[in-house]
Amino acid sequence: MPVDFPRPEPVQIVKQRRDATLNALVGRVPYIRTLGIVFERRGDELTAILPFNEKLIGNPMLPALHGGATAGFLEVAAVIELTWSIIWDDVEAGRVTPEDLADPEAIRMPKTVDFTIDYLRSGLPRDSYARARVNRMGRRYASVHVEGWQDNRDRLFAQATGHFVMQAPRRKG
Amino acid sequence: MSDSSLENARALIAALPYAHALGLVLTDFGEGWAEMEMPYSADLAGDPATGVMHGGTVSALLDTTCGAAVMSHPETGPTTATLDLRIDYMRPAVPGQTIRARAECVHVTRSIAFVRATTRDERDDPIAMATGAFTS
Repeated sequence: MPVDFPRPEPVQIVKQRRDATLNALVGRVPYIRTLGIVFERRGDELTAILPFNEKLIGNPMLPALHGGATAGFLEVAAVIELTWSIIWDDVEAGRVTPEDLADPEAIRMPKTVDFTIDYLRSGLPRDSYARARVNRMGRRYASVHVEGWQDNRDRLFAQATGHFVMQAPRRKG
Repeated sequence: MSDSSLENARALIAALPYAHALGLVLTDFGEGWAEMEMPYSADLAGDPATGVMHGGTVSALLDTTCGAAVMSHPETGPTTATLDLRIDYMRPAVPGQTIRARAECVHVTRSIAFVRATTRDERDDPIAMATGAFTS
């Protein structure tokens, strides 16, 4: 007797669901839009991109990116990576949908407790990239490290570590 | 500070594009200290549920105020760069309220300035504090 194995989901559907969820997560934060930060995704791996813009300059003489812009960019990369890690299993299982994320109360972002930025080189007037790694995620606290680079992946211009308080999910229903 | 030096320093800060984008204003400074303000802006909210300003804006306010404190110190050069900055976020800023920061150089050597800063809104308890090392 032939056995019907469940067919894997078509790849386009999986990609569409992941990208729509990521876009919904990122799109609801006004600060991310104002800075112009976008995210690229490969599987569950995220890369944050801060396209260069004149308004990000903090030292017009060099010129160099403002340390506060770099700090904000790295913090966004860290908190989105952490939230993405929290919801990933639910997204894959279909328990969290892009529509859920439209309600800002539904999935709340972790709150930053502290953030320590190590400025290694001045930020050039170029696009910046960042990837974060969740080093520890418990029920209440998480520790996240993030690396920022521009032209060369091996020459970081800044790195940071932050601690976050997890928010109790307030899911509908 | 005399009015003219405050005007000059304000113009210097206003010429920094990112400080301008966030609406940062130098309100006062003296030898080795500075005070700045950042107005509330819904475009810079970090939490869609509450409208609280993103931590990155508070980082920028603290970083800029620390930098201004370093540059106003009599034993430092005309420019400075942040080496490292730790921010502790103690409570969310109240949406709609202006955030004020005060930074002071705790110690300055030939190469480094050690700086501390705190931010408040119209409530008295601090929103965030920063500890940083800057080039002097």
